[in-house]
Amino acid sequence: MQALTSRGKEVSRKPMSFMERLYIPSILKGMAITFSHIFKKQPTIHYPEQKREFSPVFRGLHVLNRDEEGRERCTACGLCAVACPAEAITMEGAERLEGEENKYREEKYAAKYEINMLRCIFCGLCEEACPKDAIYLSETFAPANFTRKGFIYGKEDLLIPDPITAPEEFAKARGAHRNN
Amino acid sequence: MSDSTLFKVTIDNITIEVPAGTTVLNAARKIGGEVAPPAMCYYSKLEGSGGKCRTCLVEVSKGSEKDPRPMPKLVASCRTTVMDGMEVKNITSEKVIDARNGVVEFLLINHPLDCPVCDQAGECHLQDLSYEHGKEGTRYEFQRRTFKKHDIGPYIQLHMTRCILCYRCVYTADQLTNKREHGILDRGDHAEIATFIEKSLDNDFIGNVIDVCPVGALTDKTFRFKNRVWFLKPMDAHRDCPTCSGKVTLWNRGDEVFRVTARKDQWGEVEDWICNTCRFEKKKTSDWVIEGPRMIDRHSVISQGHYAGNVGTTIPTETFEKVHNGRQPNLLMDIHDVSNVNKQHIRLSLLERPAHSTDFTPNQD
Repeated sequence: MQALTSRGKEVSRKPMSFMERLYIPSILKGMAITFSHIFKKQPTIHYPEQKREFSPVFRGLHVLNRDEEGRERCTACGLCAVACPAEAITMEGAERLEGEENKYREEKYAAKYEINMLRCIFCGLCEEACPKDAIYLSETFAPANFTRKGFIYGKEDLLIPDPITAPEEFAKARGAHRNN
Repeated sequence: MSDSTLFKVTIDNITIEVPAGTTVLNAARKIGGEVAPPAMCYYSKLEGSGGKCRTCLVEVSKGSEKDPRPMPKLVASCRTTVMDGMEVKNITSEKVIDARNGVVEFLLINHPLDCPVCDQAGECHLQDLSYEHGKEGTRYEFQRRTFKKHDIGPYIQLHMTRCILCYRCVYTADQLTNKREHGILDRGDHAEIATFIEKSLDNDFIGNVIDVCPVGALTDKTFRFKNRVWFLKPMDAHRDCPTCSGKVTLWNRGDEVFRVTARKDQWGEVEDWICNTCRFEKKKTSDWVIEGPRMIDRHSVISQGHYAGNVGTTIPTETFEKVHNGRQPNLLMDIHDVSNVNKQHIRLSLLERPAHSTDFTPNQD
């Protein structure tokens, strides 16, 4: 039969020599390799105490953004939902009433905004489609949950903390590379 | 010259014979496709419309058989009638494309770029036109014109800032209703559509101004902010209406009727005028006899997401029960139990006004 690759090696059927039958040199050789790793650089980290930095293009959990005055930026234009290849986003728009100008940036806003994290594939197309800079993908994972219900994220889960009343949480939610 | 005289006219190297007195625009529409110039103000069903927006500019490279000189300037095709042997260049002329780009940019100077908020987005002629010409951005750095807000009744929302002064709604009110109550006040930059002394428009057919408006200046208040057109499914339907033809397009989400509009043809013009009762008050599926899904241009954003339901396609039959001896599929999670969107007890489509924060109180969830 013709060999499939040129790297094939014939199995050696020769009986083992005396040195090979002793086994000890081979064991010592193996242990030398093992112990030499003590002095090498560790490729792993101690995860919960230490955390690796995300790459700047990492796409994690969604955040609904607010503007510098703490008003919601989303206007429920539906472009994220139409761009979403997994059809994970749904929303319901509403008209801003008088007296709500400090809560919503434009006269239309999303009264309901939901992302189904079971469906979401974290592709970031919603972020790209958003004309109002209202949604972006942060540097956190979607945390694990015991029920499927827990993965339907509503507006209260997604909305970023208010930059005026809670500036520290706001800066934390914005993530490191957005603050710099 | 009798009406039966046929004139030979060549538009973009396509020759067609049309009766004398036909405008260049209508001759081009007979050919169809990309040859037909866009029109923002001309409306074939409204007498006297046209000649205002200048988007239908064409180049006449040969005046007629008798006088073959080209016309010195670009002409508005909706107002220019054909001559025998006329040669017209529309998309084959660089001059026309260039001029049209300029016109689009001028139309957008005072038009706010608030498409994310505007209910017309997705079916807006100005939006289509600007994207077709690559002018969706703006170079304008100054304050756009603003107006005092007028309340023109419970059904129609007027956004004067978005108006491009095409006069279509004025002609509609003039020709469809007995008494026109709104018109254009002031001149030049101050010109605005208004009812004199903020009088509310109440006429059986006044709702048609929403359909004729090429931009989002006149929109349906009963549909305002409730949904985006591309998430709705247009269905042809009719009802026995004593005042109008009753032939409409329903815009459904599930079995909810979010909006009722007149049927629009390929030029975006309504086929039959419909009355206010049909448009604003019949928001239940049981009010209508549904004929079938409306054919929407494949390139329109409205046709996205309609996997099944275009004319000629059928919804695939569910085989699960048959295969599993009548057993229903075990659902691990019913999204309607968990999701707060589209709650069964909150029927947004039945609200006569836009939804407010008061409609979404936390204890309702």
